[in-house]
Amino acid sequence: MHHTIETSNLRFAYPDGRRALDGVSLHIAPGEKVALVGPNGAGKSTLLLHLNGTLRGQGEVRVCGKAVNDDNLPAVRAAVGLVFQDPDDQLFSSNVFDDVAFGPIYMGLSQGEVRDRVEKALAAVGMAGSEERVPHHLSGGEKKRVAIATVLAMDPEILVLDEPTAGLDPRSRRGLIQLLRALPQTMLASTHDMRLVAELFPRSVVLDGGVVVADGATTELMARPEFLEAHGLEAG
Amino acid sequence: MLFTPNALHIPDGFLTPFVSLVGWGLALILLLIAVRQTRRQLAERQVPVMGVMAAFIFAAQAVNFPVAAGTSGHLLGGALAAITLGPWAAALVMTAVIVVQGLIFQDGGLLAMGWNIINMGILTAFTGHLGYSIVQRLAGAGRAGRLAGAVAGAWASVEAGAIATSIELAASGTAPLALALPAMAGVHALIGIGEALITVGAVALLQASRPEVMGSAETAPGQKTASFVVLGLLMAMGVAVLSPIASSDPDGLQAVAGTQGFAVQAQGNGLGILPGYAFPLVQNPAVATMLAVAGGVSIVFAIAVILGRAASRRAAGRS
Amino acid sequence: MHFDLSDAYRPRASFVHRLDPRTKVLCALLAIAALGVIPAGRWALFLVMGALIVGVAAGSRLGAGFAMKRAALALPFVLAALPLPFTTSGRTVFEVPLVGWAASDEGLTRLASLLVRTWLAAQAAILLTATTPFRDLLWALGALRLPRILVSTIGFMYRYLFVLADEAARMLQARSSRAARLGKKRPSLRWLGWTVGMMVGTLFLRSLERSDRVYAAMLSRGYDGRPLVFVQSEMRRADWWALLTTGLILAVLVVIPHLA
Repeated sequence: MHHTIETSNLRFAYPDGRRALDGVSLHIAPGEKVALVGPNGAGKSTLLLHLNGTLRGQGEVRVCGKAVNDDNLPAVRAAVGLVFQDPDDQLFSSNVFDDVAFGPIYMGLSQGEVRDRVEKALAAVGMAGSEERVPHHLSGGEKKRVAIATVLAMDPEILVLDEPTAGLDPRSRRGLIQLLRALPQTMLASTHDMRLVAELFPRSVVLDGGVVVADGATTELMARPEFLEAHGLEAG
Repeated sequence: MLFTPNALHIPDGFLTPFVSLVGWGLALILLLIAVRQTRRQLAERQVPVMGVMAAFIFAAQAVNFPVAAGTSGHLLGGALAAITLGPWAAALVMTAVIVVQGLIFQDGGLLAMGWNIINMGILTAFTGHLGYSIVQRLAGAGRAGRLAGAVAGAWASVEAGAIATSIELAASGTAPLALALPAMAGVHALIGIGEALITVGAVALLQASRPEVMGSAETAPGQKTASFVVLGLLMAMGVAVLSPIASSDPDGLQAVAGTQGFAVQAQGNGLGILPGYAFPLVQNPAVATMLAVAGGVSIVFAIAVILGRAASRRAAGRS
Repeated sequence: MHFDLSDAYRPRASFVHRLDPRTKVLCALLAIAALGVIPAGRWALFLVMGALIVGVAAGSRLGAGFAMKRAALALPFVLAALPLPFTTSGRTVFEVPLVGWAASDEGLTRLASLLVRTWLAAQAAILLTATTPFRDLLWALGALRLPRILVSTIGFMYRYLFVLADEAARMLQARSSRAARLGKKRPSLRWLGWTVGMMVGTLFLRSLERSDRVYAAMLSRGYDGRPLVFVQSEMRRADWWALLTTGLILAVLVVIPHLA
C-alpha cells in the first residue's frame, strides 16, 4: 500500500455557483507532514472533504493509487482519517466508547476487535479509561483528543486535520502538538496556526481563491513575509 | 408541581389500561409508517437530521414566552416541525422528544405515552401540516401564503391536541367530556395564539434566509397519506365528541348502554385483558361506546390509509 | 429545564444498578401497568406497591425516600380530575355550599386512587432512570423492539441537546440584554412572539447546518445507513430472578381483588 494522496486539476463549485476549487493539483507522499494554509474562503475545508470522498468534484482524486469512486469509498474512508474542525460534529454518540467504536463497527470488525481498537486508540491519544464518559462532560482539549481517537481506531494511513488547534487553550494546544508529533501517519493539516506549521510541518501548500499559489518547504515560505501577507497570512 | 400551560402530557393513572393500549397500538402503527416514509425522504441522512432536529425541538420548547401574570407559554413545535421537515419526519422527531420527556422527566406517563405521542406528536404535526397546506392553497404559494399557513397550522395543531386529550380523559372516565372539552379547547385556543406567533416568526426567518428549506419540506413524500390519516383521526374525534359519552347525565348513558346491550358485550367479548376484573369503569357505558368508536376509527383509518396509498401511487405514476 | 439527560442517573454499587437494563425497563412497565389495573379504593394493595417501590429504592442504595421526594404531580391534570367526586354517583359525603355539588364517597375514592396511582407510577419511572444510564436505557428500548430509527434519533437528540441548549441560552441572553435597552415601554405580545419566533428560526437553521456536518462526519467513518449496534449486556440469573419475583408479586396484587 503506497499511502499517497493525489489530486489532479480538482474543480468544485457549490450549488449556488460559488467556485470553491479551481484546478487544484497536489501530491503527498507517504510519511510527509504537510500544512495547508490560506485565508478564509480559500477552499481549504472543501479540499479536505474531497480527500475522503465526502464531496465529489471534477478532476481526479487518487488515494493509495486508486481513483476515489463509489466502490472503494469504504476503503478510502478507512485509509484517510478526516478530523473535523468542531469536535462536537465528530463526537455524535452517547459516550466515548460508542464514538470511538463507530468506525470499527462499520468496518465490520468483530466485537473483540472493536474493543481492542477502542482501547488502543484511546491510549494513543492519552485518554485511556475514558470509555464511559459522556461527550458533553469533556473539556475542549479532551474532545479534540477523543475526536482524533475516533479516526485512529480505523487504522488510517493518512490523517487529514481541519484546524486542529482552533479553540484550544495553550495547554491543550501544547498537548495536541505533542500528540501529533508522536503519530506516525502521513499528515495533512489545514490551519491558520503558523507557529504550529513551523513546528510540525516541513512542507506547506498555500491555497488562495481555489488555486494553489505555493507549494514547498515551510522554511522557505516563512522567509517571504510579503507573499504571506498577500495571501492573508502572517509568519507566526 | 409542574405547571406549564401547554402541558398535554397525560400522566399515568389518568387513562385506563384499555384506553392506554389502544393508544399504544395506534401509535406504533403510525410510527412504523412514519419510519418507512422518512426513509424514502431522507435515506441515510435520516438519523443525523432527525436526531439533531429532535434536539432542536426539545431546546425550542424551553424558550419561553411571557403570556400574562407571571405565567409563560412554550412552543409545542409540532406544526413548525411539519412545515419544515414534512409531516412524517416531524411525527418521528416529536415522538423522540415525547419519549424522552416521559421516560426521563416523568413529563407524561409510560402507559399513557401512546396517546401522548399521538396527541402531541402525530396530531399536532399532521394538523399543522394540513392547516398549512390548505391555507397555502387558498392564499397562494408565496411568502404571504406560507406565513398565513403557518399561523393557521400552528393554532389548529394545538387545538387538535387539546381536544384529543380531553376525549381520552373522558373515555377513561377521569373527566366528563362536557367539562373537559370546553376547558381544554378554551385554554388552548389562547395558547394556540402563542404557538402561532412563534411558528410564523420562525417561518418568516426561514423564508427570508433559506427558502429552499421550506421548499424541500413541501416536496416530502407521504403528504397525501398524512392528510388522510389526520382527517380520519379528526373525524373519529368528531364522532367521539358527538357520541353518548358527551352527555354528563349518567342515567342517559346507562339507558343508551342498556338498549344497545353494549355493557353486557364489553364484559363477555374477551377484550378486557383480565376476565371480569372489577374495573370501576366497566360499569361506565363510556367504555362500551368507545369500543364501538374505536372499531369505527380503525375502519375509517384503514380506509384512509389505503386511499392515501392509492392516491400517492397514482400521483407517482403520473410524474 | 434540564438539558443534560444524564442528570437523572445516580451511579451506585447496588444489585439493582447491575441488573440488565431490559430487566429494569420491563419491571417498571409491569409495575405501572399493575398500578393501572388495581381497582380504586384497594388501599392495602396500593400500600404494598408503595412498599415494593420503597424497597427497590433502598435496595438501589438511593435511599428509601428517593423517589417519593421527586415524584411531582402535573397540576393541569390534577385539576382535570378534581370534578370526579362530583360526577360519580354514590353516597354523598359532603356538599359544597352555595353551588350544592354533592361529593360522593365513590368519587372521592376514585380521585384519591388516581392520585396515588400517578404518584407511584412516577416513582417507578424515577427509579428506572436513576439506576440506569441513559445510553443503556436507550439500548434496552431498542432491544425490546422499539423501532431502531427512533432509538437512534433519541440517541442523537440526547447528544445534541446540550449543544443546542447552549446556543439557545446564549440567544436568550442576547434577547434579554436587548430587551433591557427598550426601557420602560412594555413590548407587545406580538413583538415578543415574533422575536421568539426569529430566535427559534435561527436555532433551527443552526441545527440543520450542524446535522449536515454530523452527517459528513458519520460518512467519513464509514456510515452507510445501517443501524449497527454493539451488543451491550446479557441477561444473567439475577435478571431472571428479578423478573420472576416482580412478575409474581404484581400478579398476586392484581388477582387478589377478584378472589373475594
